[in-house]
Amino acid sequence: MILDYETLKLLWWVLVGILFIGFAVTDGMDMGVGILLPFLGKKDVERRVIINTVGPHWDGNQVWLITAGGAIFAAWPLVYAAAFSGFYFAMLLALFALFFRPVGFDYRSKIEDPRWRNGWDWGLFIGGLVPALIFGVAFGNLLQGVPFHLDTLMRPYYTGSFLALLWNPHNGPFALLAGLISVSMLTAHGAIWLQLRTAEPIATRAKAAAKVWGLITIVAFGLAGVWLVFGIEGYRVVSMPALDALPNPLTKEVVREAGAWLSNYQSHPFTLAFPVLAFVGLGAAVVASMLDRPGLGLTLSSLGITGIILTAGAAMFPFIMPSSTNPDSSLIVWDSVSSHLTLSVMFWAAMVFVPIILGYTVWTYSKMWRRVTVEEIKSQEHLAY
Amino acid sequence: MLDSTMVELSRWQFAATAMYHFLFVPLTLGMVWMLVIMESVYVMTGREIYRDMTKFWGKLFGINFALGVTTGLTMEFQFGTNWSYYSHYVGDVFGAPLAIEGLMAFFLESTFIGLFFLGWERLTKVQHLAVTFLMALGSNLSALWILIANGWMQNPVGAEFSYQTMRMEMVSFSELLLNPVAQVKFVHTVAAGYVTASMFVLGISAYYMLKGRDLAFAKRSFSVAVGFGVASILSVILLGDESGYEVGDVQKSKLAAIEAEWETEPPPAAFTLIGFPDNAAEETHGAIKVPYLLGLIATRSLDTPVTGLKDLMVQHEQRIRSGIIAYDYLERLRSGQDTDANRAVFEDHQKDLGYGLLLKAYTSDPAQATEAQIKQAVRDSIPRVAPLFWSFRVMVAAGVWMLALILLGFYYNAKRVIEKQRWLLRLFVFSIPVPWIAAETGWFVAEFGRQPWAIGEVLPTSIAASSLTSTDLILSLSGFILFYTLLFIIEIYLMFKFGRQGPSSLHTGRYYHEQRSTGGAATLAAQPQQRLD
Repeated sequence: MILDYETLKLLWWVLVGILFIGFAVTDGMDMGVGILLPFLGKKDVERRVIINTVGPHWDGNQVWLITAGGAIFAAWPLVYAAAFSGFYFAMLLALFALFFRPVGFDYRSKIEDPRWRNGWDWGLFIGGLVPALIFGVAFGNLLQGVPFHLDTLMRPYYTGSFLALLWNPHNGPFALLAGLISVSMLTAHGAIWLQLRTAEPIATRAKAAAKVWGLITIVAFGLAGVWLVFGIEGYRVVSMPALDALPNPLTKEVVREAGAWLSNYQSHPFTLAFPVLAFVGLGAAVVASMLDRPGLGLTLSSLGITGIILTAGAAMFPFIMPSSTNPDSSLIVWDSVSSHLTLSVMFWAAMVFVPIILGYTVWTYSKMWRRVTVEEIKSQEHLAY
Repeated sequence: MLDSTMVELSRWQFAATAMYHFLFVPLTLGMVWMLVIMESVYVMTGREIYRDMTKFWGKLFGINFALGVTTGLTMEFQFGTNWSYYSHYVGDVFGAPLAIEGLMAFFLESTFIGLFFLGWERLTKVQHLAVTFLMALGSNLSALWILIANGWMQNPVGAEFSYQTMRMEMVSFSELLLNPVAQVKFVHTVAAGYVTASMFVLGISAYYMLKGRDLAFAKRSFSVAVGFGVASILSVILLGDESGYEVGDVQKSKLAAIEAEWETEPPPAAFTLIGFPDNAAEETHGAIKVPYLLGLIATRSLDTPVTGLKDLMVQHEQRIRSGIIAYDYLERLRSGQDTDANRAVFEDHQKDLGYGLLLKAYTSDPAQATEAQIKQAVRDSIPRVAPLFWSFRVMVAAGVWMLALILLGFYYNAKRVIEKQRWLLRLFVFSIPVPWIAAETGWFVAEFGRQPWAIGEVLPTSIAASSLTSTDLILSLSGFILFYTLLFIIEIYLMFKFGRQGPSSLHTGRYYHEQRSTGGAATLAAQPQQRLD
C-alpha cells in the first residue's frame, strides 16, 4: 500500500515518539536501576541481585535507543545532523557515560576484587545518570529553541555554547529541570522494577525509593508545566508550503511568542489527556508501589512516562527543533523529513519488525521472570553477572 | 569553507574509532557460528564437554562483545556529531539501512545475547540452542545492513541528487540492496570474521596442547575451528578476488592506487609485486612486476586495459570543469532563478556536481575557482598511493599465511597427530594477531582508497564534516584515545586471565587448574582427560 507523503510525514512523528517511549520504558528503566545500584545494594551480593534483574535484558533494551537514533537519521536527516553536531559535547558526554554499561555489566563480576567491583558499580551509576540527565536537558532545549541556522546549501551551524544548554540566558535552568524530570521518572520506574523483581531487604528499599522519586517527578513535572505556561516562549508557524511539498525548511515563516506551546492544547483539547496521563499514571504508580502491587505500579509508571513524553511532543507539534536565532529555519515535521520513498520503505520495515521485536522481547522476559534472590546468585556465582 | 585542520582531525577521529570498533566485530561475527556448532553437537550427542566448550568460548566471546557494543555506539553517534553535512546530504539513503539494521538485526542479536549468557538454567537445551542461533543470525544480519550502507558509500547506486532538497534521495531501494559492491563486501567481511574466530580458537587451543593440559577440550575445540577455518579462509580469498574485480569496475582510482599503476599499460597489465610509490613524482621506484597478472585479476580478460592514475587525473580534470558549471547553476537554481533553461544546464552537468564540490576545499565559491585551484583539486582527486599499496600487500600476505597455516592444521588434525606438531602449534599461538592485521589493513584499503570522497564521486570528505572547531576535535579525540586505551587494557587483561585459566574458569571441577588445586596430583597435568568423552 502506498501512503501519501503528508500521512507518512505524520506517521514518522508518531513512530519516533513510539521509539522514544520504548526506550524510556525499557532502557530508561535499566538506567534507573543503574542510578539506584550503589544505594540500594549494601553488600556485593545484593548489588549482583540488582544487576541480574536487568542482566538478560539491558542489551536488547538499549537497542531502542540505537534504533531511535537510526530512525532519526533515516527519517529526519537534518534533525540528526543539526542536533547531534549542535549538542556536540553533551552528546559525547552521554556517549562516554553509555560506555560504562556494556563493560560494567559484563566485566564487573568477573574479578573478585572489591575495588574493581565497586568501581564498575559507580560506572553503571554514571551510565544511568548522565544519559538520562542529558536526554532530559536536550528535550528542555528543544522546548526553548536551539540557537542554530542553515545556510543555502543546508549546512547547519550551531551558535550556542555547552553551558547555555544547561543555563539558558533567557530561561535560566529550565533545561536542568527537564533533566531532573527525566532522571527522577526513570529512577522511580527502575525502583518499582526492583521492588517487583527482588526479595527482601532490597525490595523494601526499592519501595521507599519509588515513593521519593515518584513524588519528585510529579512535583518537577508540575513545576515545569507552570514554567512553560508562564515563562517559556513557544514557536508558531505563520506560513508554510503545502504539507505534502518537497521538504525545504527555508521556505516558511515562524514567530516566537508567549503561549505558542499551548495552542495545540487549545485547538485539540484531547491532547490534554497527555499531561493528565502523566500525573495520574505517576501518582497511581506510587500508590500501587506503596500497596505492594509493583506489577501494577510498573504498568502505571510506564503510562506516566508515556504521558510526560507525549505532553512535550504535543506542546511542540509540528516543531521538532525550533531555532531561537533564526526561527524561520526551525525544523518541523513537514519540512525536515526524508523523501517519500524512504519514509515509505522505512515505515513498512517498522510495521513488519516492531511486532516481531515485541514478540520475542516478551518471550525473553517471560523466560527470565522470577524474583532474583541472594541465594540464587550465590549458587550461580560463576554464571551470573 | 571548513577549517582543513578540523576536517583532518575529524577524519582521524573517525578512522581511530572505526578501526578500534573493528577490533571487536570480526571475532563476534565468526565466534557466534562456532558457538552454534559446538552447542549443536552438545544438543545432539548430550556430551557435556561440548556444553563446556560453548560456555568457555562464550565467555571469551562475551568479553570481546562488550567492547563491540561499547564502540559501536560511537559509530552511530558520530555521523551526526562529526559528519553533519554528510548526514543531511545522504541521510535519505544511508540512514535507511542503518535503521533497518536496528530493527531487523541488532534487536535480535542483543535481545538473545542476554539469554545466551544467563539463560542456561532457565531454558531447555533446544530453546538455548535456538537462542544461540538467533544471536548468530542477528549479528551476521547486522553486518549485512552495515555493509549495504558502506557499499553505497563506495558505489552510490539507486539514488539521485535533488536540487530542491539539496541532497541525495533514494530512487530504488532494491538497487541499494543489490548493490554488487555491497554483496561482495558482505561475504568478504563476514568470512574474514569467521577466519578471525577460527584463528583465535586455534591459537588458544594450541596453547593448551603445548602446555599439555585439558587436551580433550583443546583437541575438540581445535577440530571445530580448523574445519570452520578452512571453509572461511577459502571464501575470504575467493571473495577478495571478486572484490578486486568489482573495484576495478566501479572504483578505478582505488584499484590503480592499490596497484601503483601510474600509466595505462597495454592490456593485460602487469602486476607490481613490490615497489616504492611516490605521489609527487607520479612513479613507483624499484618496482618488481609480474606480467599480465593485474589485467587478469581486474578485468578478467586479455584485452581490456586498466586505466592508470595519470589518465584518471586527466578524466577527473574534465569532470571538475564540468562540475564547476553544475555548481554555478545549482546556486542559480537555489537562489530563486528556477528556470527551465537553468535547469537544463544543471541537469547536463549534474553527474559531475561532486567533482565541482571538490573545489570547496580550496575556495568558498567553486564557480570562481582559479586554474591553480583546479590543478590542486585534480592532484587531490586520487588517493595517496604508498599507504594503500603497502597495506593491501600486508593484508594479502596475512591471508596467504593464514591459508597455509590452516591447511597444515587441517591436515595434521585429520591425521589425528596435531598435538605432536609442536612447531605448528607454536605458529598458531603466535599467529593469533594475524587475522586482525588483515582485517584492519583491509578496511584501511577500502576506506582510505575511497578518498577524496565520503560518498564515491558524490560528496567530498572535505565538506562532509560538521561545522566544529579544531579545539572541539582535539578535546573529543583526546577523550576517545584516553577512554579507549583504558578499555583496551582492561579487555586484554581479562582475555589473558580467562584464556590462561581455560575451561577451569567454568568451575565445573573437571578441568586442569581445579583438579590440581583440589586433588593435588601434579601428574594429572600431563594426562588427557579421557573420562570426559
